[in-house]
Amino acid sequence: MNIIALMEHVVIIGNGISGITTARHIRKNSNKKITVISGETEHFFSRTALMYIYMGHMKFEHTKPYEDWFWKKNRIDLIKGFVKNIDTQKNALEFNDGNIIKYDKLILAVGSKPNKFGWPGQDLKAVQGLYSYQDLESMEKYSSTTKRAVIVGGGLIGVEMAEMFLSRGIEVTFLVREDRFWGGVLPKKEGELISRHIKKHHVDLRFETELQEIIGDENGRAKSIITKSGEVIECQFVGLTAGVSPNIDFIKESNIETNRGILVNKFLETNVPNIYALGDCAEFHKHPTGRKNLEQVWYTGRMMGETLAQTICDNKTPYKPGMWFNSAKFFDIEYQTYGSVFSELKENEAEFYWEHKKGEICLHLVYDKSSNALLGINTFGIRMRHEVCERWINGKKDMNHIMEHLKDANFDPEFYKQYENQIVDQYNQENRTSLKSKKRDWKRIFAKN
Amino acid sequence: MKLIKNIGLILCIIGFAFFVGSIFVGNYTVTQQTFDEWINNKGIKSELFIEKANQEIVGKSFNAFQLSSKLITLAEKSAEAHQDNIELWQTEGNQDDKINAEWSKVIWTSWSSTHKDFTYPLLKASVNSPVKTNQWLAFFLTFGLAIIGGLLYIVPDFILMGPAGIKNNALFQHTATNRGIGGIITAAFFVVFYFLLYFFPDLIINPILTTNKISLSLSGNPASQWFMYGLIYCSVMTVFAVKMYVKYRNNLYQVIRTTVVLFFQVAFAFLIPELLVRFNQPWYDFKNAWPLNYTFFFDWNIDSLLDSGHLGMFMLVWGIVLTVIVIPVMVYFLGKRWYCSWVCGCGGLAETLGDPYRHLSNKTLKVWKFERYIIHLVLVFAVVMTGATLYSYFSGSETILGIKTYTIQSWYGFWIGSIFAGVIGTGFYPILGNRAWCRFGCPLAAYLGLVQRFKSRFRITTNGGQCISCGNCSTYCEMGIDVRAYAQKGLNIVRSSCVGCGVCAAVCPRGVLKLENAPEEGRILENPILIGKDDVSLNMKHEN
Ligand SMILES: Cc1cc2nc3c(=O)[nH]c(=O)nc-3n(C[C@H](O)[C@H](O)[C@H](O)COP(=O)(O)OP(=O)(O)OC[C@H]3O[C@@H](n4cnc5c(N)ncnc54)[C@H](O)[C@@H]3O)c2cc1C
Ligand code: SF4
Ligand code: SF4
Repeated sequence: MNIIALMEHVVIIGNGISGITTARHIRKNSNKKITVISGETEHFFSRTALMYIYMGHMKFEHTKPYEDWFWKKNRIDLIKGFVKNIDTQKNALEFNDGNIIKYDKLILAVGSKPNKFGWPGQDLKAVQGLYSYQDLESMEKYSSTTKRAVIVGGGLIGVEMAEMFLSRGIEVTFLVREDRFWGGVLPKKEGELISRHIKKHHVDLRFETELQEIIGDENGRAKSIITKSGEVIECQFVGLTAGVSPNIDFIKESNIETNRGILVNKFLETNVPNIYALGDCAEFHKHPTGRKNLEQVWYTGRMMGETLAQTICDNKTPYKPGMWFNSAKFFDIEYQTYGSVFSELKENEAEFYWEHKKGEICLHLVYDKSSNALLGINTFGIRMRHEVCERWINGKKDMNHIMEHLKDANFDPEFYKQYENQIVDQYNQENRTSLKSKKRDWKRIFAKN
Repeated sequence: MKLIKNIGLILCIIGFAFFVGSIFVGNYTVTQQTFDEWINNKGIKSELFIEKANQEIVGKSFNAFQLSSKLITLAEKSAEAHQDNIELWQTEGNQDDKINAEWSKVIWTSWSSTHKDFTYPLLKASVNSPVKTNQWLAFFLTFGLAIIGGLLYIVPDFILMGPAGIKNNALFQHTATNRGIGGIITAAFFVVFYFLLYFFPDLIINPILTTNKISLSLSGNPASQWFMYGLIYCSVMTVFAVKMYVKYRNNLYQVIRTTVVLFFQVAFAFLIPELLVRFNQPWYDFKNAWPLNYTFFFDWNIDSLLDSGHLGMFMLVWGIVLTVIVIPVMVYFLGKRWYCSWVCGCGGLAETLGDPYRHLSNKTLKVWKFERYIIHLVLVFAVVMTGATLYSYFSGSETILGIKTYTIQSWYGFWIGSIFAGVIGTGFYPILGNRAWCRFGCPLAAYLGLVQRFKSRFRITTNGGQCISCGNCSTYCEMGIDVRAYAQKGLNIVRSSCVGCGVCAAVCPRGVLKLENAPEEGRILENPILIGKDDVSLNMKHEN
């Protein structure tokens, strides 16, 4: 018998960031046999870069973080195909084409799919979300015959889709349910700032407007939409970007427990032994640090992957994400967030908000009313240093400390105009303090804690 | 706006058409007087050649190609005849004096080195063309139209491209920037241009003449092909610098860097040297450091500097100090970027004209391996060549280890100085990307890179765990560095080849990268832990 056959066989469904991170770290720590399955593309690519392929900034090959030889060299077997069915009794997966593969440990990293809320006409041609490579191909296919696109749902993918269409000279009407862009996440002022910027790019941005129905033409392709208030908007494409939900239809028939996502504990274990889930498709019974049970972002997928690989390699490790962070770019404005900044202040919270006079740069700090300790940061148009922000928030530094050391956190490119002095001035005025912004100090920045 | 752009494009094309077209206008008539002067100046001793040329060339009228090839054919024929004689006498023996005299009659006309020195002066002196008689007009119709047209084409983008922000839209879909037909044609045009410039300037007398008036007003000398090249270089950089300003106007690092690199080209590589010549000083580019400036230690250069009094002495010393002290010290504090993307002329062209091609660099591991071999080999070659040169200079011996120093120099000049740096380095922008020379061939870059890699405060800091592996940084790295491979692991980017152009940081949509000069400690992290996650200290083994 050869050694490979003795090796435990870890099968991962999904070659996104979650599945691939897990595979890579299992390989770093063990000699197990690893197989990664995906029905989407042969090799791992970065979903977050789909828009750049469409806009011609990159080709598909540039979105692949590893060269194609990497997988063989690291003995990670790849299978392209859709898994239809999981047989948890026999430890076997069945593919669409009938093939069967056995596993010792199964990792579900199957990601998400765009939400569809049962709108009439949602399955017409040229009505779609943007999630997979196939979605991109289909967008490409319809673009040359699209003069106006309607995008439904004001979130990150919606704004990316708008930018994509505009880059090809396609007009965009953008329907947003709230009174500002990304209203469920962004506080009012930031939402307004970004809304202004989106309009500046000539997007027809409609707030408090919801989709009622999509109307098709004689070929079954969308030709217009009707809003809840009865307005008809002609269009040749409808983008559905009202969020994503776990892509678990094929799992529902198995005895793996699911809710909105695949339910897992803090070790990313499902109810079935030797089956794990992570990334976009995993939902915690109770999130280990009290955040949302379903967090569908790149970074959490990667961190879960690093953690799960430890458990798989016999170093059982709970998932313990640190401070929340995220970032995005809305047309030309970059956004970063650290810690918690909710769209509305909580009872114990106070805030400080600075905005540049041109209205495209801002800094929003949320802190605890009683202790003055920093809870969260939102920035638009200013890059911040992750490590410093993390140290502040985890270390519960108070606002005076933050203001004095603000320059340490600046991560903008050299020669950029810096606004810390202005910011601290405004803070002093609002709080009757007389704090001074200290010079940037490498020792503090690189301090170990 | 679109209209202005189109008018600009048309004007620019007309300017180029005049420039290229001027090659074919006018005629070349060699008078007896010019012919005799030329024979005299060149020290041509072959009576065979002189007689034939007198019959077949003097007083007749040709176009440039005819005259040039006629001269070469006659020279080759005479050289053959002389060599036949030599061979014959050698077999007869004992006729050394005769043989030596005959050797001195042989005219060398290899296309790659001696051809141009032979024919160029005669063609230059014999040209009759509308360009020669209307030099200012010719300048306006070529340079003038191309520059005005270029600017008219570029400036409207300030409005057309929408709010400030880097838009690389359609670069991978456009034929000119995606190795399509457009790119291939551009590359072919560049390559032909470099061949003519380096090896056949006798065929482009009229284009050179379009810049004559400018040369006269700067240095007081008539324009040479190198003057024309300098003026083209500066003009192209200026026009494309404006393009940089439009494209990167949201990014002050790019704006300042572009301005500085343009300044160094126009002032240091063009105006100052020309003015030096006006005041009878040696042509000298104060920023061009050995070993990029590989002729610095050539005997003629050293002699000319030594002949030029205090200033010449200063130039000689400065050239050495620049390479030995200024460069490593500056690289320690600022990284090699201070030279490669802020000062250097090759870098300057790459960062302006070359910017639309930067994404074409190859990012594979294989090519990175190749790069490390070849660039260091060129450095070794440059050092050996210079060593031989200095040995000959001080010892007076023309050969070293049996090889002629002059031969080593001309190999280097041909293969590295002309073919690699010019034809491939710039000619192939639309195919290989804009830094092929800087990445694979420049010996100075190799030297700066060694310092940057092992002793410098410069690095590109990766911002914690913010990378989404999108690949913009790697794609737009002109040096073909796979920036993402580092960023997605939370590693800082410390690479000898990084020229610090800052574009990776500029195009990163998540603010992950920052070029920084900071304390050396912690510059290279061996075991990064992507932050954002508590407690898990991963056992990071090396990964290939
Ligand atoms: C356009 C876009 C932009 C985004 N931008 C950001 C951003 O800027 N920042 C951020 O944090 N997040 C962003 N996200 C979200 C982020 O990309 C996801 O959170 C992340 O990719 C999820 O990774 P995953 O590995 O969990 O799942 P996925 O990447 O979805 O991978 C799952 C894979 O499994 C395959 N699969 C599923 N079921 C089966 C089956 N039955 N058989 C075979 N294969 C199967 C799928 O085809 C897919 O390839 C973006 C998402 C999109 C779509
Ligand atoms: S790594 Fe960045 S700064 Fe360095 S050469 Fe590449 S793009 Fe320029
Ligand atoms: S551009 Fe930024 S986010 Fe994208 S791969 Fe590079 S470092 Fe990561």
